[in-house]
Amino acid sequence: MTAAGQSQRKSSGRAGRTIVADRVATAVLWGLGAFVLLLLGGIIVHFVLASIGFMSLSFVFGDPSESALGGVGPLLFNSVYMLVLAMLIAVPLGILAGIYMSEYAGDNRVTDSIRFAEEAISSVPSIVVGLFGLIAFVNLTHWGFTAMGGALALTLFNLPLMARLCEQALRAVPADERSASLALGATKWQTIRHVVLPLAIPGIVTGIILTAGRVFGEAAALLFTAGISTPTGYNFANLNIFDHNSPWSPFRPATTLSVYIWKTNSEGLGSFVQQIGDGASALLLATVLIFNVGARFLGRILTRRLTAA
Amino acid sequence: MAVVGDAPVLTGLCVRPAFRDRLDLPRRVVFLAALSMVGIVFILLGFIAWQGVQLFVQNGVPISSVLSPTWSPEDAPVSFGILPFVLATIGVTGVAVLISTPLSVGLALFLSEVAPRRAREIVQPALEIFVGIPSVVWGWLGLTILVPILATNFRWLGFTVGFSWFAGSVVLSIMILPTITTITYDAFRAVPQELRTGSLALGTTRWQMIRHILLPAARAGTLTAIVLGMTRAAGEALAVQMVIGNRPTIPTSLTQPVTTLTSQITLDMGNTVFGAPDNNVLWTMGLILLLISMLSVILIRAMNRSGKRA
Repeated sequence: MTAAGQSQRKSSGRAGRTIVADRVATAVLWGLGAFVLLLLGGIIVHFVLASIGFMSLSFVFGDPSESALGGVGPLLFNSVYMLVLAMLIAVPLGILAGIYMSEYAGDNRVTDSIRFAEEAISSVPSIVVGLFGLIAFVNLTHWGFTAMGGALALTLFNLPLMARLCEQALRAVPADERSASLALGATKWQTIRHVVLPLAIPGIVTGIILTAGRVFGEAAALLFTAGISTPTGYNFANLNIFDHNSPWSPFRPATTLSVYIWKTNSEGLGSFVQQIGDGASALLLATVLIFNVGARFLGRILTRRLTAA
Repeated sequence: MAVVGDAPVLTGLCVRPAFRDRLDLPRRVVFLAALSMVGIVFILLGFIAWQGVQLFVQNGVPISSVLSPTWSPEDAPVSFGILPFVLATIGVTGVAVLISTPLSVGLALFLSEVAPRRAREIVQPALEIFVGIPSVVWGWLGLTILVPILATNFRWLGFTVGFSWFAGSVVLSIMILPTITTITYDAFRAVPQELRTGSLALGTTRWQMIRHILLPAARAGTLTAIVLGMTRAAGEALAVQMVIGNRPTIPTSLTQPVTTLTSQITLDMGNTVFGAPDNNVLWTMGLILLLISMLSVILIRAMNRSGKRA
């Protein structure tokens, strides 16, 4: 609409310069938008090309090796395992905290300090969370480097994110739904459980997946909590979770895929550092894409299922 | 909500509420869950502060040694000067913000003022994917693409090895781009539509409207975004460590390898003995990082409050 107005105006002198400035600015801003897409596209293409030569099932699921290329199987398993462990703690706690902040919290100092804590934890560098984990979950507990320690560290600083996303999902539920339920004689908790929470599920699921994506790629907080030893020869048939040799045990060291990228690079192990770095990064990137698309897709399906009916 | 929930009880109809209702267990449980975050902050601060002062308490290292510009934890004369790391953190973060801010604010302007809906629906998800890319992947990209380019094509500028302050800043600037963009975008969206239409109706071009109306109106939000971006950049560890070269000298040139607080912690924590002075000094650095992030949260809160009052 502005363009039409401008073209009718005589472009001379100062007015002309103003219009040129406007055109240039518009072009630059479009350029920035294109830049982001090109950068993302470039990164994806780069990793596809870099890993196309060796990416195979034996790389994704095989054991790491120092002499040959080997694989990242146990590390990928650890990433998934740790993700599940961390989310088992963070999701219930986050939903509960979100319920309080959305449904109960009054405008008072307690709420204010919880809000402050939320922001404060979110801004703590992940390496510092790792340091804290080293004292709290490695030294004080005498666990040593464990998956549980790593998962607790991950929970710690993803709890605020989870709580905030749940709070937003709950707040988005229309007030009429609550009033109607309360007017029918339901108690506040009955209203929350049977009316508000079901309606907020699509938003909560999206929140869970977004948090999961962040947990999956985290490395700095895990260096000193879950350890950086290279795992090999996992025996998945050993289902005894109390046996520290079992890959299913939470109390064993658990180096994840992202930590492995850092480790192989910083220690410069073997002659396959480049392939391991490219391949593992490609896998991480693919996971991030899947999480992102999955969150959108699932959110949309659940919204249609649960609310339109 | 509160109004409906707290409606006066019809005393004639209602008997005394049951013990279960008076206790209101669900309320207590969700309250505890929310309060646990306050607990986490206290425990986090307590533990890191405790271990962070051990360098002075347990090892008896004088504060002047920590403030000195010489980092020499092993060779005599032993000196735990963390000044090189502090300055490098400030320098790397500062340059990253200088690179990232114009790009991010421009991108936010594009999304909020220029882009048609279709374009926005493509660029915004792309930014969300950016947020999700793990920091080690950014570090790996910097290491395998940026560093070799600097070392071969820009040697004439002084990049002898490629690993440098500048490489660290570039990697960080891309990592904080989505943070600054999203928050600035929200700030632009919060500016009332009437201000835009009013300006355009007076015959200004869109760019004039952006420069003279929109940017000043969204200044508080933009500043918040920059502070948040800085906080994130200062605390980022692995990506920076992978490209920065890790030389503990006072940073003097963008082309030179340096070491930040985070990268020094990352490198040395595994190579030192818990409780020894060269280990405890790393906790002191961690404490500094923690205090920086807490201060920035307080600063942002203060800015938002004054922004609302104005």
